[in-house]
Amino acid sequence: MIYLKLFLTFLKIGAVSFGGGYGMISLIREDCLGYGWLTEEELLNFIAVAESTPGPIAVNMATFVGSSQGGFWGAMLATLGVVLPSFIIILLVASLLTKLLKYAGVKAVLGGIKPAIVGMILATALTMFLSVILNIRAVQSAVSFDWKGLVIFGVLLMVALAYFKWKKKAFSPILLIVISGVLGVLMYGI
Amino acid sequence: MKDEKRNGTGRLKSLWLLFITMLKIGLFTFGGGYAMIHLLENEFVSKKKWIEEDEFMDLVAIAESTPGPIAINCSTYIGYKKEKILGAVLATLGMCIPSFIIIFFISLFFNQFLSIGWVASAFKGIQVCVVFLILSAGVKMLKKMKKKPFNLIVMSATFLCMVAFSVFAVSFSSIFYILISGFVGLLIYLIGYFKSKKSPEKKEDEQ
Repeated sequence: MIYLKLFLTFLKIGAVSFGGGYGMISLIREDCLGYGWLTEEELLNFIAVAESTPGPIAVNMATFVGSSQGGFWGAMLATLGVVLPSFIIILLVASLLTKLLKYAGVKAVLGGIKPAIVGMILATALTMFLSVILNIRAVQSAVSFDWKGLVIFGVLLMVALAYFKWKKKAFSPILLIVISGVLGVLMYGI
Repeated sequence: MKDEKRNGTGRLKSLWLLFITMLKIGLFTFGGGYAMIHLLENEFVSKKKWIEEDEFMDLVAIAESTPGPIAINCSTYIGYKKEKILGAVLATLGMCIPSFIIIFFISLFFNQFLSIGWVASAFKGIQVCVVFLILSAGVKMLKKMKKKPFNLIVMSATFLCMVAFSVFAVSFSSIFYILISGFVGLLIYLIGYFKSKKSPEKKEDEQ
């Protein structure tokens, strides 16, 4: 039953993911690749679309994955799943547990989770880098190195760093996506 | 109940306003939760004055430390504070509807779009960019993180386990990292708490 599976998967993701959209990506990746819903490349395409369309990235991702697996109702249930835990937890915090975050025990739990999220995001980025650019999916697989991907990565890194040095603020992610799309056409398309 | 009846039209108006404002923010903000916080502040603190600056700061802290999408957490909270449950429902719906409609339509045509040769090439480049964006989100959070030994140990341990498990294709759900690290955080706090209880002089020293 794909609808139930989509709903429960995104309910779980909505209930345990901290740190917003990017904090969610490691969990979404694990389930989507694990259930065979998406390949790594499809997942990255979806993230690119979620980042460059308006709205919360997590909601965009849930709608996209849900629609790709179960059409309209899949999209509906996945989105409902990712939103529902937030909704219920915030209602509880706003109505009954207004001092919840002031308890030392709760702070201690969150204090443990936050650095783990940072580690998870960095690890996800590294494994994605290995799988997309170096084509290493697991130890057994042969390495087929994609130098074009590495060049694009290098260009993006230089653009972002130079802009940060110059303007002291982060380069727009949507512009970076546009630049990489143009580089993709130039390097893979011709 | 009487109050509600008397202010019926006023309440309807503020519910409508909540819904429409969230719809607008959901439709025009790119980049997810953190980009939205600024807009929410502008709308609800500066313009509409529904929420005090102090309370908004608390709200951001709550949205960041509860699970789920930050933008959803913020909109549910603001909706509830203004108009209780109904407000929370409408604010959250308003925030989700633009995303849902836009993405649903894109998803219908996405595969056809990708079958165009140059689009597929463009997306091969874009995939690299997404890896870069995730990496820079991680690095940004790492920079913001307090460099206490505890944080560094938890961060590196999670990082190393996750990379190692994925390279060796061991399946281990990411949920466990969250549960274990939360538990370790609590455990260390409790150990410190009971130690300081045993030696009350030391606790006073620390304060």
